[in-house]
Amino acid sequence: MPNKISRRSFIKGGLAAIGAVGASSFPVPATVRGAPQEELATLIDIRKCIGCEACVEACQEVNAPKFPAPKKPFPKMVPSRVKVSDWSETRDVMDRLTPYNWLFIQEATVIVNGEEETFTFPRRCMHCQNPPCADLCPWGAARKLKNGITRIDADICLGGSKCKVVCPWHIPQRQTGVGLYLDILPAFAGNGVMYKCDRCFDRIEQGKLPACIEVCPENVQKIGPRNEIVREAHAIAKEITGHIYGEKENGGTNTIYVSPVPFEELNKVMEKGPGRPHMKPVEDSMAHADNLAKAMVIAPLAGAAAALGKFYKFTKNGNGSEELRK
Amino acid sequence: MKSLDRYELTGSQRILRWFYVLLLIVMGFTGFGQMPIFKRYYIADIPGMVWAANFYLTHYIHYLGAFFLLALIAYAILDYILSGRKNFNLTASAYLRIAFLGGIVVTGIFRVLKNLPDVVFSPGFTLFIDISHLGFMMAYLFSALFFLIIRSGWVTRKSY
Repeated sequence: MPNKISRRSFIKGGLAAIGAVGASSFPVPATVRGAPQEELATLIDIRKCIGCEACVEACQEVNAPKFPAPKKPFPKMVPSRVKVSDWSETRDVMDRLTPYNWLFIQEATVIVNGEEETFTFPRRCMHCQNPPCADLCPWGAARKLKNGITRIDADICLGGSKCKVVCPWHIPQRQTGVGLYLDILPAFAGNGVMYKCDRCFDRIEQGKLPACIEVCPENVQKIGPRNEIVREAHAIAKEITGHIYGEKENGGTNTIYVSPVPFEELNKVMEKGPGRPHMKPVEDSMAHADNLAKAMVIAPLAGAAAALGKFYKFTKNGNGSEELRK
Repeated sequence: MKSLDRYELTGSQRILRWFYVLLLIVMGFTGFGQMPIFKRYYIADIPGMVWAANFYLTHYIHYLGAFFLLALIAYAILDYILSGRKNFNLTASAYLRIAFLGGIVVTGIFRVLKNLPDVVFSPGFTLFIDISHLGFMMAYLFSALFFLIIRSGWVTRKSY
């Protein structure tokens, strides 16, 4: 059967090819080459995005070897109210996040200067600076890397979905019937593996750009050291009297959006829900725990002071040790 | 030699003992709550227990418990060094429990450090501290139950 090429896919393919050629002509930032240890962030200038989905397709193509290959039938779950998540029959879904689609294009139509304008922008994991998914993962399956990437190790994840619950944007998506839980207690613990954008950690290790950045025909995204990316985002925002999202959200992320329209406006009108994250302001989820962690330094000192106080009291009374009840 | 019976403790020592037991129960419960099991297995459905499925809340309570546990351990160590060891010896079961407790505390400290912003451990070490923290806790739990059954306490009175 001959392959059908629609006009849309032809234009998209052409744009992607131009983007790839364009991107390859740009030198990869030195800090991106060879498994950088510096925290890297991406800048997404939503003015540039044309919603062609070249990034979505490139993401799917490059990450296909990482996608789940579930075994069926799925193990019977105990208790029966535990639901399975199966996206293996709908792998071609592109308009939301799934275990087979780690990046999608979100759309928001707003009124700008009295005229209706539609913005499109890529959405995926924000790669938080202090990611609650990695902090609260009980197995160490979700982790932050030194270069600012937060990734989930599919070989270890049990698919409990805790990372999705604690993520302010509920990014990770579960696929049942795959992963370590099948070898432990498949009916009683775990439920698959959680999947999300890993910002092409393997490509970055090889000195390549993440696929979505490399293929973009409009250079919507840029990657570099976080401080440089934040500086550039502020420069653009100042120039266009624009707005920034991701710099302070959840205590800071490594995905910085710049928009000429307030993100509250975009958030109001864009489609949100499962697999379609919001763009609301987000407080630092780990702030309370971090403050308590710092306070823990004084705990042993307080305990030691109490013991010394007791000892002093008893020696002062001429009794070296507290007597036990006879 | 027979270890010291709980009924030989003074009032303040009894309070501290109960505080320690309560602390371990809270830490154990909130620690288990870090795994997504309380909602799955209806614990959070018990009236008044809906909070148990809130990962941020159980995590915070676990941290709070760690604060008091660190203070209590520092108190117990220094108190034993300053006055306890004159009259008492630690039992073999106490040494084993101290080893497990030490493992819990050390891996717990690394886990807290890992959760701080700007602190990143290698993937292998992250996995190790996560799994070993649970492992030490399970070892402590089972050993504590075993020593409770065979009535082996922490200290014996020194014989002169």
